[in-house]
Amino acid sequence: MIRLLHNRTFHGFMFSAPLLALFGAFVIYPMAFGVYYALDRDSYRALFEDPIFLQTVWNTVWYVGLAVNLKLFLALLLSGILDYPYRWIRVLSALFLIPWAVPALPGILSFRWMLNSQWGIFNHLLTKFGLPSVPWLAQHDTALGAIITFHIWKYLPFWTIIFLAGRRAIPSELYEAAAIDGAQPLQNFRYVTFPLLRNLYLICTLLSMVFTLGDFTVPWLLAGGAPGDSTHVLATLAYRYTFHMGRLEWGMATFAVALPVTLFFIFLLLRWVKI
Amino acid sequence: MSASGHQRKRFLVQAGLSILAVLILAWTLFPVYYMVLLSLTPTNDLFRPGLYIDNPTLKSYIYTMGQDNPFVRYFWQQLGTSLIVAIWTMATVMVIASLGSFAMARIHFRFRRFVSGLTLFTYIIPASFLSIPFFKMMADYDLLDTKLALVLAMVTFASPYALWVLSDYARTLPPEIEEAGAIDGAGAITIFLYLYLPLILPPLIAIGTYAFLYAWNEYLYALLLLTGEHNIPIPVAMGNFLTTDNAPWNLLMAVSTVYAIPPVILYYCFKRYLVSGLVSGAVAGT
Repeated sequence: MIRLLHNRTFHGFMFSAPLLALFGAFVIYPMAFGVYYALDRDSYRALFEDPIFLQTVWNTVWYVGLAVNLKLFLALLLSGILDYPYRWIRVLSALFLIPWAVPALPGILSFRWMLNSQWGIFNHLLTKFGLPSVPWLAQHDTALGAIITFHIWKYLPFWTIIFLAGRRAIPSELYEAAAIDGAQPLQNFRYVTFPLLRNLYLICTLLSMVFTLGDFTVPWLLAGGAPGDSTHVLATLAYRYTFHMGRLEWGMATFAVALPVTLFFIFLLLRWVKI
Repeated sequence: MSASGHQRKRFLVQAGLSILAVLILAWTLFPVYYMVLLSLTPTNDLFRPGLYIDNPTLKSYIYTMGQDNPFVRYFWQQLGTSLIVAIWTMATVMVIASLGSFAMARIHFRFRRFVSGLTLFTYIIPASFLSIPFFKMMADYDLLDTKLALVLAMVTFASPYALWVLSDYARTLPPEIEEAGAIDGAGAITIFLYLYLPLILPPLIAIGTYAFLYAWNEYLYALLLLTGEHNIPIPVAMGNFLTTDNAPWNLLMAVSTVYAIPPVILYYCFKRYLVSGLVSGAVAGT
């Protein structure tokens, strides 16, 4: 560390000045601006009278609650599989990363065509086995399910690697000690792995929930709110209000509704995560 | 337990894992396989779904490369826009994050906690929450439809993680670097340029790649800030395919495949650095 520099406060600010300018101009200022616009009480009256808005809040709760928790639970299990020391497991983990490396857009488009009710491969296989075809993206429940499924497909690899790194940070002496006590795999998990991963799991849950709360790309390109604006989440509805209906203040208010919960999660994360 | 019992148990574990592995691979690879499959499908077979195709053709790729269809009229220009935005984002993030990491990791200054808090805040807050005010701001400054607007947004949202990874790495460097420089009478800028920068070069290249990919993959801000067929980057153009009823899906998938290749290569080269910040931050926090 630089102790020999005469004026450390000055130098600290000098080197972080571009960063501070950037965050000031493009994070703090737009936030203040957005909150200012969102102060208008009429917007909220309009929002809460709009049945689409209420449906959207529920969709978002389902999306964030179900997709994130299912994904992280699966990631925890899968990180255990990828932790086995066989050589072919390394090949498997390399291939397993593909959805994470492929940008979201091609993946979404592929899902969308697979789920096409007339020419999609899923309905083709269903009818081949004598089952009725399903209009996947044309009814609310299955469309929301498709959005959740895509989210899990795309982001499961990333969180699995995080948990894998967490598992590898556990000292092997603990497992050796457990083995001496005659611990079985499940007991290993119950008494060694899980207690040591618990905080990481909690942090990842909060982080992933905040990220997913603002997701636009997946719901927008997979369903685009269809059918009948029933599958919007907050970000896509705000886009619709702002750019399709010209109600900028409603768009801002849509995000402002989620801001208290978001800020609370961020407050918790700022205390736990070290940078 | 006897030796054969051990072997039997090992065999059972391997067998169970293999079955799981097949399921995991099918789930992971099928959508990607299907994308490539569609891109090789002749237009006549597009509406006859199947798990394989009889007459694969490269026609979709040829049409795309030759801009030989109204949907891909501006393909190279759109690819160029994606590339220019990504390269500018990469360069700017590398400069800002290397300067910032020097302050964060090597200088004990008074408001360091404040700067790191602000950085982490920017990392966590969903970018979409700021998108509408950001759009309004760019409209007020008359910067809509310029690449600069998109680069500014991308630099803002890619910088925090870049700073995080770099500072993490820089903290592991020995303190003698600055002391050696200071004894020779070097100022902070000389130390930064000639002693610090060469040492952080490997992670700096990695976070440059991260910033490049962040901009390359972005959809929302590109959709908001750039309009017009000749002006938009590739992902927005792909999204616009969906607004028509008779989109040529084999062409769309050929564009998708071309668009996905650079990130796939870069992710595999740099995957260690693309998670290291989050891992160390979260594990250290526990």
